[in-house]
Amino acid sequence: MKRTFPIAGTYVINGIALLCLLALTIFAAYVKLGPFNTVIPLLIALAKGALIALFFMHLRYSKPLMWVFASAGVFWLGILLVLALGDYLTRGWR
Amino acid sequence: MITQAPPQPEPPLTSHQSPLTYLNVRHTIRSWLLTTDHKRIALLYMVSITLFFFIGGAAATLMRLELLTPQGDLVTSETYNKLFTIHGVVMVWFFLIPSIPTVLGNFLLPMMLGARDVAFPKLNLASWYLFMAGGAFAVFSIITGGVDTGWTFYTPYSSTYANGHVIAMAAGIFIAGFGSIATGLNFIVTTHKMRAPGMTWSRLPLFVWSLYTTSIILVLATPVLAMVLTLMALERAFGVGIFNPALGGDPLLFQHLFWFYSHPAVYIMILPGMGVVSELIPCFARKKIFGYHFVAYASVAIGVLGFLVWGHHMFVSSQSIYAGMIFSVLSFMVAIPSAIKVFNWTATLYKGSIWFATPMLYALGFIGLFTIGGLTGLFLASLAVDVHVHDTYFVIAHFHYIMVGGMVMAYLGGLHFWWPKISGRMYPEGLAKFSAFTIFAGFNLTFFPQFILGYLGMPRRYRVYAPEFQVLNVMSSAGASILAVGYLLPLAYLLWSWKYGKVAGPNPWRATGLEWTTASPPPKDNFQTTPIVTEGPYDYDAQAAEEEWEHAHA
Repeated sequence: MKRTFPIAGTYVINGIALLCLLALTIFAAYVKLGPFNTVIPLLIALAKGALIALFFMHLRYSKPLMWVFASAGVFWLGILLVLALGDYLTRGWR
Repeated sequence: MITQAPPQPEPPLTSHQSPLTYLNVRHTIRSWLLTTDHKRIALLYMVSITLFFFIGGAAATLMRLELLTPQGDLVTSETYNKLFTIHGVVMVWFFLIPSIPTVLGNFLLPMMLGARDVAFPKLNLASWYLFMAGGAFAVFSIITGGVDTGWTFYTPYSSTYANGHVIAMAAGIFIAGFGSIATGLNFIVTTHKMRAPGMTWSRLPLFVWSLYTTSIILVLATPVLAMVLTLMALERAFGVGIFNPALGGDPLLFQHLFWFYSHPAVYIMILPGMGVVSELIPCFARKKIFGYHFVAYASVAIGVLGFLVWGHHMFVSSQSIYAGMIFSVLSFMVAIPSAIKVFNWTATLYKGSIWFATPMLYALGFIGLFTIGGLTGLFLASLAVDVHVHDTYFVIAHFHYIMVGGMVMAYLGGLHFWWPKISGRMYPEGLAKFSAFTIFAGFNLTFFPQFILGYLGMPRRYRVYAPEFQVLNVMSSAGASILAVGYLLPLAYLLWSWKYGKVAGPNPWRATGLEWTTASPPPKDNFQTTPIVTEGPYDYDAQAAEEEWEHAHA
């Protein structure tokens, strides 16, 4: 039967994974990668967010309804990003 | 060994004993401060926000006194800056946003759903403590010197140049924001999971629909405010370059993030007010609401569209003109669901048997003032007109028509309507009507001249102005003094009626709705038995009300 909540070890492994990703972010900040100095930390942040949502917030073990609610949150974030970028990418004076 | 005494049967009530209600079930201060009863928590909020209302009101009073003359002769410019910041911060976050949801919402939501309490009673109490802790930070910041950034905390001024306790004030808002999120979450879960048997979504009172939408906005928008204030504090405290161009940041990013919260926050303030009015109009027109589903879905539409329009605050900020055009069009779209509501309320009045009781006076005041506030919002949503009136008193008048003319009128209307349920007593009707008229007159005298001032070019946030603006400013200050009397009166007579008012009985308005089926004040668990709902809300009959009135006056 599918588990409905994570076991303690899952939290420990995820905690360590988050700390490793944090170390990677700091390391990446000190390496000259050009435009990737922005892209890489954002991708790492995305991975961290996914780990927190899936395991710490139990989304991995939840019903589809919870996925709908979580997706709504991501959709709302999308509204913020799209409309804000609608300004940044079309500024005539830049 | 632990022994437990057998439960003692409760002694029967004697004639001089009053029945047990949520008010007299316990009397200690501890029983209030550690209560998990939604009704008591509502009263804790009521006392707290009233206190904050008078702090914010005191700041406004000093501002209006300063503006009596064109010269700056009462306070310095720096103090004036602090006064409008205190007024804005306290009124927005510590009065308007919590007002209807946490007082009337907390008190009524479980009763309207037929439940014993909200879904998470302890979280509900924690929300109040978070609110009070946030308020304590704000008051600390005010007492120890204040903040002069304006309630909007625009960067790079707030993060770089402003003196004062900006971080303490931001921390207060941050903490109170978590209280808002917890309340929103509590209301969403309560509406989904705690409805009585038969209480389908189509039978929910419209107040519940508006609270539900408000709660969704609270949960989705408030975290963005928390983030943006944290980023501002990080830049201020540690020089992390996020918004300051000198540090490689972008000041407009602050405005985007701030208004992504703060524009939906306007709907956090007004939607519950609309919910209250949707309850008052059918009751005092003795008529079923016109277009129930339209009004309900209009709340949701306002909630959704409210997230798409924040850029209209930034038309002159050097935001891209293309983004401005999109935000302008989207802003016009919010007028549609708002108008649906106004037309439906008006249609409900048509051929109704209208009873001009105090709550109805407030509801009618709301419709008129909200309409003026809403329509002037369309002026501001027009790109070209906004360039002319941006940051002038026109904007001040517009949002006060929405927030004070709309929201505060609705709050007072709701407070008078449900006061018999909350306290078990009636307030003095004549005095209450007088105070409603005083507020309406004082409000219009205060804020209508500000539309003209703004259109003529008087900028907001200045204490010194051109002499030709004095007449309109004196009118506005005179109106504010009338408004102050209007606000003090209900405080006095509601407190009086708490002890000396006529006993109200369970349903003095002969209103529909589950909250009126229980005693006033309600027992601790709201209902003796779980109600079963078999019909929709607003089962009023105007014809029967007319016949009843004629019979009584024959």
